[in-house]
Amino acid sequence: MIPRHMVIALSVLLAAALGLSIYAWHVRKTVISSPITAAHDTRPLAPPVSGPTVPVVLFVAHDDDGTLRAESAQIPMPSGRQQRAEELLRALISIYLDRTSPHPLGPGADIRSVFLVDPGVAVIDLNEAFADTHRSGVLVESLTVASLIRTITANTQGILKVKILVDGKERDTLAGHADLSSYYDVAAVNQLTTELQPGQ
Amino acid sequence: MRSTEVQIKTADNSTLIWERRRKWRASVFGCVLIALFALLSGAAPEKRLSVYSVAANYSLPLVQRDGRDYVGLLEVLEPLGRVSAKGEGNKWRLRYNNVQSEFQVGKTRARVQDREADLGSKFLMENGRGLVPVGSLASLLPRILGGPVSLHEVADRLFIGNVATHFTASLAGDNPPRLVFHFSAPVNPSIATDNGILRMTFSREPVVGPASPTLTFGNKVIPSAAYSESNGVATVTVVATAPVLATFGGDGRTITITPTSAPAQSTPATTTPAGQLAPATQPAATPTPPSAPVMPAPRRYFAVVDASHGGDDHGETLSGTLLEKDVTVAIARSLRQELESRGITTLVLRDSDANLPVDQRAVFANADHAAIYIAVHASSSGHGVRVYTALLPIGEDDRGPFRSWRTAQHDVLPLSQSTAASVASELQKRQVPVRALAAPLRPLNNVTRPAIAIEVAPQGSDVSQLTAPDYQQLVTSAVATAIAASRDQLGGAP
Repeated sequence: MIPRHMVIALSVLLAAALGLSIYAWHVRKTVISSPITAAHDTRPLAPPVSGPTVPVVLFVAHDDDGTLRAESAQIPMPSGRQQRAEELLRALISIYLDRTSPHPLGPGADIRSVFLVDPGVAVIDLNEAFADTHRSGVLVESLTVASLIRTITANTQGILKVKILVDGKERDTLAGHADLSSYYDVAAVNQLTTELQPGQ
Repeated sequence: MRSTEVQIKTADNSTLIWERRRKWRASVFGCVLIALFALLSGAAPEKRLSVYSVAANYSLPLVQRDGRDYVGLLEVLEPLGRVSAKGEGNKWRLRYNNVQSEFQVGKTRARVQDREADLGSKFLMENGRGLVPVGSLASLLPRILGGPVSLHEVADRLFIGNVATHFTASLAGDNPPRLVFHFSAPVNPSIATDNGILRMTFSREPVVGPASPTLTFGNKVIPSAAYSESNGVATVTVVATAPVLATFGGDGRTITITPTSAPAQSTPATTTPAGQLAPATQPAATPTPPSAPVMPAPRRYFAVVDASHGGDDHGETLSGTLLEKDVTVAIARSLRQELESRGITTLVLRDSDANLPVDQRAVFANADHAAIYIAVHASSSGHGVRVYTALLPIGEDDRGPFRSWRTAQHDVLPLSQSTAASVASELQKRQVPVRALAAPLRPLNNVTRPAIAIEVAPQGSDVSQLTAPDYQQLVTSAVATAIAASRDQLGGAP
């Protein structure tokens, strides 16, 4: 004769095992049916950055009033000039990908790489998700372009022109408006940044 | 002796046979010549369609099928842009830039950008060539090209864009009288006279007639002139009671007709350089001279309003059912109405759902020499209106005879900025939130005339306000008022 409390305990354990099995089967099915797409892939692409934390200025776009504001931040910076430029832009994009972003970018938006070419040319290579999921509009696209260029030029000396590529290739526009077919003149973008300051 | 006679007879016979053959050949050759002459002199002249566009002026042969004039559609589009065509069974697919069209042999309807188009008569395919009735070009081409097209069907003349050359005729002086023709662009007609009639034939120029085809001057020597057009050419006929001379002047824009007492010279007027006296007495059998040198065309429209996006370029998806390309057309039309009500001639560059590449938009604006180019955008983000001018490199003034396409706006940017400021100020007066900014927005930097863009957003959070006629009118009337106020400044732009 099995004691009553043992029967109850076994029944509870059996029910729990059954419930967990059903849950595990459901979770497995969900994962299989939704493979990770580039836009939703949150796995890290590069190892964490190591280096001293340094103060930088990020030019952050704010959609609510259509402005570009300089914001100070402390980020760990690698030693290479090119890697530093990439980290700067990644820090900026992480603000835009945050839930409370003042200028939301689409999921998966990232920088593939930044090339600093002498004399004075920077090439920013965005990933496809950045452009494909970007919202369309003259102001909203101009804010993104100005934010990227101003952030990189404010923290990296000697850049006179900036070219923006998408997935390593030239593209006509970011999302239907902002021109990506030509080189951006940094002096002109600086002037635009002034126009985009709050209170202008 | 006998053998000698036989030899002589044989020689006579062969001479006779040769002579007969020669005569027979000569008569056959004569008959062929006569038949050829009869054929050529009796043949009707080949019908041709003259096409005038910003890109090129050209002429295409027409073919007659079922009593109607047909033309190869691919041939019409080839000089205008990137075009390809493919025949599959009884279907013929055409791609012009990004516009797809599909035609079916024997059908009177075609599909252009997924919309039905009526051809008026059957579509034909011959050796892979797609033939459409000439009359259908008036409705087909605006949808394929995304711009205005004017077809003079009876005269077989097709005007793509606003390329027409207008003219005025006025009589100056009385003894001797001078009839002066002023053309809005340089012309170089072939000129002929016949029994007191001077005929100017424009085979390459997009000359169009005045409101009344007959002009009377009430002068005994030059009583009247008439305009006519047929088979792809325009003709101006001046009736005179005395021999007259044609003189070219004003860089080919002026032709002056004056009477002369001297007997007519035989030099064809068409070979006379502009500015010199051109005796006009020879029949117009001289070959058509090359076109006049390229000169900047005169201003035909004061304002060019460009409804941005179109076709498969939707622009921003403003809401589940509202696309930016549709809102921009509505605002562009409203702006045209407001501008024209203030006496400003206006062209809407994209007045249908067609895809027009940005380069082509700039080409249209530049070719038309409009005083102001206004691109229209719409947005769901932000509030009110943003007025943009081109974002150009600072200090990169490419001096010299050549201007970079990317910085074509350079010389007129200050004027564009002052116009944008006027527009912003006018919107502010009407309580519409507004900002004036530079933007990396094409084709603003490619336009050689003052150029601005407006991006209209709702005043609040309700995107449907963008389609509200009263809101559209509030914005467009402010823009039109500012443009009208800057009219003198813009009109004087280089």
